[in-house]
Parts: sequence; structure tokens; C-alpha cells
Amino acid sequence: MPIGWAPEQPGTTMKLVIAIVKPFKLEEVRDALLAIGIHGMTVSEVKGYGRQKGHTEIYRGAEYAVNFLPKVRIEVAVPTDQADRVVEAITAAAKTGQIGDGKIFVAPIDHAIRIRTGETDANAL
Amino acid sequence: MRVASLAGHLLRAGGLLALTAAPALAQDTARDVARARTAIDPADTAWMIAATALVLMMSIPGLALFYAGMVRKKNVLATMAQTLAVVALCSVLWAIIGYSLTFAGDGAAIGGLDRVLLAGMSPDAVSPFAKHIPEALFMIYQMTFAVITVALVAGSVADRMRFSAFMWFAALWLIVVYVPLAHWVWGGGFLARAGVLDFAGGTVVHLNAGVAGLVAAYVIGVRHGYGSENFAPYDLSLAVIGTGMLWVGWFGFNGGSALAADSRAVFAIVATHLAASAGAVTWMALEWWTRGKPSVLGMISGAVAGLGTITPASGFVLPWQGLVIGVAGGLICFWSCTWLKLRAGYDDSLDVFGVHGIGGATGTLLVGVFAVPSVGGVAGLLAGHPEQVLIQLYGMAVTLIWSGVATFGLLKLVAAFLPLRVDRQSEIEGLDVTQHGEALQ
Repeated sequence: MPIGWAPEQPGTTMKLVIAIVKPFKLEEVRDALLAIGIHGMTVSEVKGYGRQKGHTEIYRGAEYAVNFLPKVRIEVAVPTDQADRVVEAITAAAKTGQIGDGKIFVAPIDHAIRIRTGETDANAL
Repeated sequence: MRVASLAGHLLRAGGLLALTAAPALAQDTARDVARARTAIDPADTAWMIAATALVLMMSIPGLALFYAGMVRKKNVLATMAQTLAVVALCSVLWAIIGYSLTFAGDGAAIGGLDRVLLAGMSPDAVSPFAKHIPEALFMIYQMTFAVITVALVAGSVADRMRFSAFMWFAALWLIVVYVPLAHWVWGGGFLARAGVLDFAGGTVVHLNAGVAGLVAAYVIGVRHGYGSENFAPYDLSLAVIGTGMLWVGWFGFNGGSALAADSRAVFAIVATHLAASAGAVTWMALEWWTRGKPSVLGMISGAVAGLGTITPASGFVLPWQGLVIGVAGGLICFWSCTWLKLRAGYDDSLDVFGVHGIGGATGTLLVGVFAVPSVGGVAGLLAGHPEQVLIQLYGMAVTLIWSGVATFGLLKLVAAFLPLRVDRQSEIEGLDVTQHGEALQ
């Protein structure tokens, strides 16, 4: 086990908040998180669907159903006591009221480490 | 400007004025006098050099972009490779033997070997087919036509043909299919003698490539996943850019087929541009009507359809007739790319037959209808010479049969030595990686 790794029950001190949102909402979500003191995130471009229907494209007589819609996946690692505030902030910023707004998942993090300094767990967030 | 040269200019100008003013020589311009003196006309040569560059640009990168933008991401580089490699390989073959067999010699069936490796082509030599430009320029201008015709065929078998097999096929097809046909229509062969009109390649280029593509599509078979998987184009913006290069380059393709910097070249250019425009508008209108939205792919397809259709007619018709011919091309190619292809079930990936084949055939036929003596020296049906339509049909039939049968034979010949198609797994993985070891990042 790395030096400084807390030997306590894993999964209780940190949470990974995973939000799938509409791409144009990314900046709003980032601003909302900055406002509550969250300064880091990981963003990826993904495709997906839930209840939102795709669309049909036609190329010279050939029709294709496009079922997967572009979305943005935002991942933020936070101490457990801040997870609820983060979820609220993202929800408020990403909501449009239309189908396809997305979802947020909260998952436990066993361990975290800052690569540059070696700080662990809460000190790494 | 020094006094002496200014005086020289004034004297020459005065001389020209005297020539043009004298009633007996009223018909002769200074250019006519100059042309009679020396074979090579600098104005014609300058234009034809430019036209050659324009037509080469139609292949690289025009056609390369046009085609590559329409295939799936995993095959973009491989599609471009086909155009690039054809230009390189067929340019070499054209210089070695293609030009000679097409344009040197006056046999009814084929040319001769006088110009193998361009032997005997001195700086001052002229071809009997283009007496006022250097023969080397005529040769290289024709080269650009030969290579783009071969490159067009690749569109029908995009996404699935083995690169090595394609290279062999391209080399053989140039010599066996293109060269004889070009000789028959443009090199003094039996179709020319029969009076078949093809100004810039309705038969030799478009119908030829279209039929060959169709045959190849049937022989090679449909793509894995055709009809069920999403085959949406990787990047239509590439195709749009390619279309722009094709459209502009076509000024050299049709305008340069006049082989002179004269009003016939200009009429050809005007008719060409109007046909492209009319074709694009027609296809847009058809899509607006049938699906409620005009697509970008439709606009560029309509433009290319108009361009292919006007190609054989551009130097024989009045410019406004280019509008009519462009509309006709747009209508009939729209039908062949949407209804006919789906009904017949062939997988002509990039609609080489639907656009170039059908368009070239339509245009070749319409020359017989619209040809006007004041433009190209020949009359069509509307100008009182209905037989021209039959002559055109004869030329189209010969092209269709020759291209179809010979292409089929060549494909079978190549297939006897190596598979025409990549294996199923390679086709799924993509040709970029499997045929060339490269990928878009």
C-alpha cells in the first residue's frame, strides 16, 4: 500500500460525481461548480440516449437512423460531505426542462492520489 | 519605356490597324496572320497550359476530396490513395504508351507506336489534332483526361476493393479500355469517322467510367452491412471542397477541349457553368419537393450531374442550351441515384454510374438534339439534322458495350491472380489501416 494511504473503510470519505449533460451546458456547469469552490473536473465527449429520440439522416436516397446523441460527461471527485451541493449545482445549471437533459450518478471512490506530490485521499482532491 | 521600343510598339499597332482597316483583309485578324506564319500560337498555348493545370487539379485534389469526404472515416485515406496512385501510375503509362496508341497514327481501331516514350516529340512538334499548340502540351492535356477517367471508376468500388488488385486493374483498364475508346472518338478512329460528337468526354470519360464502375460494383458485390448499417459520409465538407475544385476545373476540362483560346472555348465554359448551376438548382428543387429539405450532398451531386451532362455538348451548343442540358442532367441523375439504384440493388458506392454514367449518356444524346452549326460546325436535330441523334446513339452503344465487356473481362483476369476484394475482417476494420497502415487520428 502506498505511504500515507489511510487504512480505514474505503468508499466513505470521497465520491465521484458523474454527470451526463447536453454539450452546450458545459460552460454553465463549470461556472456553477466554480461558484461553490470546485476547481477541477474531467470532461469527455460521449454519445448516448435515454428517452430522447435520435433523428434520421438521408444521403442520396440512403436513410440512416441516428440513435446516439452527443453528450458531455463531467466527472468531479469531491469529499462526501460536499457531494449533495455539487449535485444540486450541476442539476440547476444543466437543466433545460426538455427531454435529454441527462443524468447524474454518484459513486464511491476507494482512494485518490495527487501524482505530483503524492498526497492522498482528501488531500488529493 | 525607351523611345525605340515605344516607336516599335506604335509601328506594330499602326501595322495592325492598317491590316484590319484594309477592306480586302477585313476578315483576317492579326492572329490569323500570325497563325498562318507559325504553327504554334502563344495565346492558345497559354490557355491550354492553364487548362491542363485545371484538369489535373480536378483529380488531385478535387476528385480525391470529393470521394473521400463521402466514405466512412476508416476508408478516407484509402479512397484518396486510389486517386493519387491512379494519377501517378496512369500518367507514367500514358507517357510510355497510352498517348501513342491513342493519338499517333490513323488506324480505325487503334493508333500506332510512333510516340512510345514520347519518341520524336520535338519542342516544335504539333499533333494533327491540335495544330496550334505544342504536341507535348496536347499530350499532357490528354493525360489529365485519361487519369481522371480511371480515377472515377474507383468510386463504384469504394470501401472494399483490394489496393493491389485495384492498381493492376487501373493499369490494364487505361490501356485496354480507355485508350482504344479515346482513339475511336478523338484520335481519328471509327466513331469519329462516323460523325459521333463528343466535345470533352461524354462517352470517353463519363459513360465509359460509369459503365465500368457499374460492372465493377456488380462483380465485386455489395459492401458488408450495405442497407443495414450506418454508412453516413465522414465529412461532407471535404466533398464540398472537392466539388468546388471539380466545378472550377471543369472550365479547363470543357473550355480546354476547344484546344484554342477562342470563342468556342468561351461558349463551352459558359454552357458548362450554366449546366452546373442548373443541375444544382434542379437537384435542390427535387429534394425540397421529395423530402422537404435541400441537402448539401444533393447540391453538389446536382452540380456534378450538370457538369457531366454538358461535357460532350459544351462545344456544340449555345450557352443557354447549357441550362436545359443541366436541368436534364439534374433530373435524370437524381432519378438514377435514388430510385434506380435502390430498385436494382447494386452498390455503386459513390454513384459513378448514377451521375457520370447516366449524365454522360444523357449529354451525348442531347448533343444530337441541340448541336448548332455556328458553334461547332455540326447540326443536330433541332437545327435540321435529325440523323445526328442516331449517330450519337451509335456512339453510346459502342461505348456501353465496349466498356462493359472489356471491364468485366479485365476484372476476371485480375481476379484470377489475386482477390479483388479485401477479406471480411479487413473490410470491417477499414481500408486505411489494413491496406495502408495509416489512420486519421
